[in-house]
Amino acid sequence: MRTTDQIIDFCQELYDDMDFAAAKAWKEAAPGRKVIGYMPVYVPREIIHAGGMLPLGILGGGDNLEVIHGDAYYQSYICRIPRSTIELAITGRLDFVDGMLFPSICDVIRNLSGMWKMMKPDVYVRYFDVPQNYLDDVGGTYYAEELRELKRGLEALIGREITDDAIRQSITLYNDNRDLVNEVYALRATEPWKAPAKEVYLLMRAGMVLPVEDHSALIREYLAAAAANDRPMRDNCRIILQGSFCEQPPLGLIKSIELAGCYIVDDDYMLVNRWLTDAVPADGDPIDNLADAFIKHSTDTAAKYEPDGSRKGKYLVEAVKDRAAEGVIFAAPSFCDPALLDRPMLANALSKASVPYISFKYAENSGQMQPIREQAGTFADTIKLWGEA
Amino acid sequence: MSTQSQNVTSDDGVVKEASMLKQKAMIADNYEKLTSAPETGAKVAATYVPGNLNELIMCFDMLNNLPEINAIQNGMRKKSGAMITDAEKMGHSEDVCTYVKADIGNMAKGSIAPNGKPLPVPDLLLLSYTGCFTFMKWFELLRDQYGCRTTMLHVPYAADGNTTQNMRDYVVKQLKEDVIPALEEVSGVKFDIDRLREHLRHSAAAEDDVVWVLESGKNLPSPIDAYFGGVYYIGPIFTAFRGTEAAVDYYRLLRGEIEDRIAKELGPVTPDGEPVEEKYRLVVEGPPNWTSFRDFWKMFSDEGAVVVASTYTKVGGVYDYDGFRHDPNNPLESLADYCLGCYTNRNLPTRVDMIEKYMDDFQADGFLVNSIKSCNSFSAGQLMMMREIETRTGKPAAFIETDLVDPRYFSPANVKNRLESYFQMIEQKRRGGGPAKAA
Repeated sequence: MRTTDQIIDFCQELYDDMDFAAAKAWKEAAPGRKVIGYMPVYVPREIIHAGGMLPLGILGGGDNLEVIHGDAYYQSYICRIPRSTIELAITGRLDFVDGMLFPSICDVIRNLSGMWKMMKPDVYVRYFDVPQNYLDDVGGTYYAEELRELKRGLEALIGREITDDAIRQSITLYNDNRDLVNEVYALRATEPWKAPAKEVYLLMRAGMVLPVEDHSALIREYLAAAAANDRPMRDNCRIILQGSFCEQPPLGLIKSIELAGCYIVDDDYMLVNRWLTDAVPADGDPIDNLADAFIKHSTDTAAKYEPDGSRKGKYLVEAVKDRAAEGVIFAAPSFCDPALLDRPMLANALSKASVPYISFKYAENSGQMQPIREQAGTFADTIKLWGEA
Repeated sequence: MSTQSQNVTSDDGVVKEASMLKQKAMIADNYEKLTSAPETGAKVAATYVPGNLNELIMCFDMLNNLPEINAIQNGMRKKSGAMITDAEKMGHSEDVCTYVKADIGNMAKGSIAPNGKPLPVPDLLLLSYTGCFTFMKWFELLRDQYGCRTTMLHVPYAADGNTTQNMRDYVVKQLKEDVIPALEEVSGVKFDIDRLREHLRHSAAAEDDVVWVLESGKNLPSPIDAYFGGVYYIGPIFTAFRGTEAAVDYYRLLRGEIEDRIAKELGPVTPDGEPVEEKYRLVVEGPPNWTSFRDFWKMFSDEGAVVVASTYTKVGGVYDYDGFRHDPNNPLESLADYCLGCYTNRNLPTRVDMIEKYMDDFQADGFLVNSIKSCNSFSAGQLMMMREIETRTGKPAAFIETDLVDPRYFSPANVKNRLESYFQMIEQKRRGGGPAKAA
């Protein structure tokens, strides 16, 4: 059995690899395999998987990629993830990707779908729209048909039908994967010293490039190894990190927050891993089941409309309670409309619940961690010193 | 009588034609109705320009209050800067849309309308959000402040360059099951589809004249400026007047003025009133800056640059490109098609195709992007659009950066320098320099 360090070293290799060697190797392992890239925040990976394709999470270039061409595509006031994603495309790193899905998250990612159509006319490109109406016969019906249209597009790409049975089987695999992901998050919430933020992040990030079966096996291995570890508990405060659901912070930032005295007991990184909050039924019409799960059992985030004003921000307050968190750190990418527009409303909800919070912004290539460390450290000290006063 | 003799200088320093004055009176009248709503008992719906359902709102005897228009009014009156900084002090990020912050800041100051009276708390926030993600969050923020009833119309994005039956069905179903019941409950007025048909008939009539007006830019010289003048021309059809007889009358008057100018071979009226001697014919993409609107316009008119077509005049509805008209025979479906077809709800390849067509049809010399810091819906992808248009048409393209209503992001010297350099590029191109049109 590998140790946590060995598992995380493997995940770190995947994370560092801007050439997606693992996904390329998967594609080359059998003739006719296809890879479908997707951006944050959610796509129904079950349908892609059921077509024998690899869903590949594209989360920008992080701080490992020098952006040379991508900056020529965007004004200075637009966030970093689209420019590094363009860089990945222009430098040929995504040439092996057969299709790209751009989820409905903001206007920048939406427009990037059109840019991709112009840049890559031979690639299957789909803006993956989701309903903001959560009534079964309105948003649910619309979304089910959108899923069927996605399925038809993928079927055209692979040249064969994606059967209901295959989707049901994929639903089962992803249900299992979500259970495991939730188990990791639960472990970290109860014993955060056993599952440090950096490790959980890299483990979840591995799920962006590995087949779901491999990712689930990796999580199982990690959970067993983490339980066997004897790691000291530190006198850290417990915080929830909020606002990083699209452009990812550099790994150094995640480490810095923990080093500054904050255990991250929940976050919104890579929500695709935990988007659906209940198991999707594996019997019946699989498309209807996926649609129903989205409408009734999907996570709250800034990319979604909250129909009930009295519920706005409640999910965060509830997460604070459920995770026994002592505060919230709003860490959003610069120029991220969804996160930054949502923040004042979430902050209001926290204030009403007397939950302390701080805010800062980052870019995926932010290099200076000292200010973050100082801010997070001061926040942790404040909670520790004055939190129970 | 010449239309020129009817021009007067208004209090914002811009010389205005009779149609502009009529429009100004219409807008003032609407603000008067809005601000007197507490006394008259009229119900108010707050909604947005792109995808607004004005005909439907009028079926319930409700008034239409548009937060973007309030922000524009405050921008042109140079009041938005303080409102934005107030909103930032309240915790709103410096990175986000300044329409939103001007609106929030205005609320903190008592939501004062241009007539100096407070705007009422809306009875309904009607979130018909089309082509812009920020709208959705904006209304959540307003709901947080007002605590009033909110209903949403989610309009899917036309990502593949066309709309599907699924999209149309989704919008119509929301109208039937969410929006109309909410309007009925708030107003106490029962929905009458024949009343909606009548409004849609007025819309279609006005839209015919809107298209005629915008296409008059094809004349040599162009009798209109389709950007700076254009924002006046689109005022009624984009706001609280689509579907009214007043809008039909306004566009008839405007059309008459323009016919007069075509007959006299006059260029567009400038901020100073004198017709421009047309030297450069431009197509412009993106919204204008409002805080220095007159100065910005003069940077063009002083150089003889006339905007013959613009995309901003399509943000509240596209009537020219594929001939859409509101259809009284298919009222709800027609409202759905209208919402789905607004400019920023169309994908980038379609936007490029539209601009290319404008470049050819309007015999433009060049393509200019006014990139707006606040508006990712417009701005994300504009640099690629610019290169694509340059490649397809062989005409020089250029790029300037400003903002909607945040005066901190309007740098006059910088914008002027860039424009002057750009006009030199056009001259150079005319002399045979620069890139050729792609084969």
